[in-house]
Amino acid sequence: MNRKIIDLWVGIFVAIGLAALMFLALKVGNLLTFNEDRRGYELEAHFENIGALKPRAQVKSAGVVVGRVESVRLDKTTYEAVARLHVFPEYQFSRDTIATVYTSGLLGDQFIGLEPGGDPVMLKDEDRIKKTQSAIQIEKLISQFMFNKAQETPAPAAAPATGVKP
Amino acid sequence: MNGVTRWLTRLGASVTGGIARLGFATRFFIAIVRLSGATFARPQLLLREIYQAGVLSLIIILMSGLFIGMVLALQGYETLVRFGATESMGMLVALSLVRELGPVVAALLFASRAGSAMTAEIGLMKTTEQLAAMEVMAVDPIARVVAPRFWGGVISLPLLAALFSTLGIYGGYLVGVRLIGIDAGAYWGQMSAAVDWKYDILNGVIKSVVFAVAVSLIAVFEGYDATPTAEGVSAATTRTVVTSALAILALDFVLTVIMFRGGAG
Amino acid sequence: MTLDSESSLTASAPAATCETLVELKNVSFGYTKARQILSGINLIVPRGKLVAVMGGSGCGKTTILRLLCGQIKATSGEVLVSGQSVAAMTHEQMYAHRRKLGMLFQFGALFTDQTVFENIAFPMREHTELPEDIIHDLVLMKLNAVGLRGAAKLKPSELSGGMARRVALARTIALDPQMALYDEPFAGLDPISLSVVGQLIRRLNDALGMTSILVTHDIAESLKIVDYVYFISEGKVVAHGDVAAIKASRDPFVRQFVDGQPDGPVGFHYPAKALAEDFA
Repeated sequence: MNRKIIDLWVGIFVAIGLAALMFLALKVGNLLTFNEDRRGYELEAHFENIGALKPRAQVKSAGVVVGRVESVRLDKTTYEAVARLHVFPEYQFSRDTIATVYTSGLLGDQFIGLEPGGDPVMLKDEDRIKKTQSAIQIEKLISQFMFNKAQETPAPAAAPATGVKP
Repeated sequence: MNGVTRWLTRLGASVTGGIARLGFATRFFIAIVRLSGATFARPQLLLREIYQAGVLSLIIILMSGLFIGMVLALQGYETLVRFGATESMGMLVALSLVRELGPVVAALLFASRAGSAMTAEIGLMKTTEQLAAMEVMAVDPIARVVAPRFWGGVISLPLLAALFSTLGIYGGYLVGVRLIGIDAGAYWGQMSAAVDWKYDILNGVIKSVVFAVAVSLIAVFEGYDATPTAEGVSAATTRTVVTSALAILALDFVLTVIMFRGGAG
Repeated sequence: MTLDSESSLTASAPAATCETLVELKNVSFGYTKARQILSGINLIVPRGKLVAVMGGSGCGKTTILRLLCGQIKATSGEVLVSGQSVAAMTHEQMYAHRRKLGMLFQFGALFTDQTVFENIAFPMREHTELPEDIIHDLVLMKLNAVGLRGAAKLKPSELSGGMARRVALARTIALDPQMALYDEPFAGLDPISLSVVGQLIRRLNDALGMTSILVTHDIAESLKIVDYVYFISEGKVVAHGDVAAIKASRDPFVRQFVDGQPDGPVGFHYPAKALAEDFA
């Protein structure tokens, strides 16, 4: 086989192979945004219950991704869940922003939603979000519902044993 | 009782034989690495092998990747539609390919096509005394014949695996978006959001590099160790494909356990 | 040198002199203890001579060549080239030794993925720093010596048996070696090619001042070209002498070989049970 033809084909092969790798890394993966993500600032939010929130979960505001959850830990004194949020540099939130744990759809991943208030002062790096709403737990909802139902129906129902869990 | 003793002796012999072979294979590998200088000093040799192993495998890899991507989309749709989660199609196709199917299937195809070809080539050279002729001319056949093929395989397979995954994702797009009608934005957007370059793609690349080393080593070793007859070479090529397949699947399991510990949470 | 007329399995080799290039002293070799291929071989090859080593198939002729080029080591005895033991050579010494030797393998062993030109250029490119244009001229000269200058661009698969053998010959002498080893160079050739190859081996040996060892069982052709013959049977030297002595020899083994008799010291029947037992 002619050497030049071999060189040409090998060059093409390696080039498209590397292009495929680049494509995968950039378009399919998030290599480009990866570096952007490194800038920005961090906020902390305390929750009674963090539900199924995981690190790398999204932080959204009005449905737009504005950051990522860095880490989740338990505060050893207050026994509250502490979520550390990484917010992208271009977004600023007011001091009275509310952080809520939402579920995407009915069975989807959980994310944190930020709803800003009217306070003119903005949150800075390492600030703490004061107002939070914990995740809604299906079990509590159901027992709440059951409890309410039991309240409504008159006494003879010896039903309370069903499904009302503490 | 005699039959049993004989059977046991044979079993023992084959086990010790197998272990001896493993030892020889390890020394062989070390020799290849030690003698790889010539391969990189004279790129012509290496280029020819990349052509043989990589370029000539392109068609089968690209076609297979495309079809697997398309099938993933078709089968995935079936299940996703039941949960109303069809926008996750992109993520399903991309993750399946990048983490598992790309490296593994590409490696299996590579072993059957390029691996067996390497074994046959080297085995044939051994049978026709070309390797012995080289040795007598004071040229180490490991440096001249084996090492370039080994490195040709190691360089080609990861690239082929990336191409496989890429074509697969495109195939999933063709079926999911063009054929079935899922939203293109959802396909690509969900994919970008869910696939992490470090966790998913880099791990996939690491897998394909590990497979590349394993398959290339097995292929050149079986060729070099083949019995120098027609049947010997034929048996060696079969062994290459079978041993490579087992090695790929076993390594895949080990690597998957190490890398993807049951998901992020 | 005349033939030992008592011949028998204890024929002794002529005395070694400083004109000796190759000497095998009481060499034995076997892959396993049970099967000894060579036992107690004594052999001398004087400088500049063309010596044939002959015998039936599987008698150990090729093993002698392998011992000489260092592919295998003798289990006992010494293999000496220019007085130096091959087994004791260091890596560098072995490299130098092989550089000075050319070997023609049975059926050629040409590199099938390269052209004729590249096959002959191979040893030059590997062992010298000569620029490409000089290599080009040298290769064509070697090809011309064997009559195949026009076939330089062909691939081994496109050559006939005789042509392939001649190309392999050209490759053997590519670096003008001191010693040339030929393993069954006449195997499978037509009468014309046979004669051509034989003539080339003789002429090249003299023209290049080489010492050649020819392993073969082609009696007719060898006796036309060689200076001295050794006969090997069952791992031992059974007879040796120059061409005239061989032709005149009365040794039963030599006679059976030279005349091509089916039965004699080398039996016709493979060892088997008595006739009566098998046909009972």
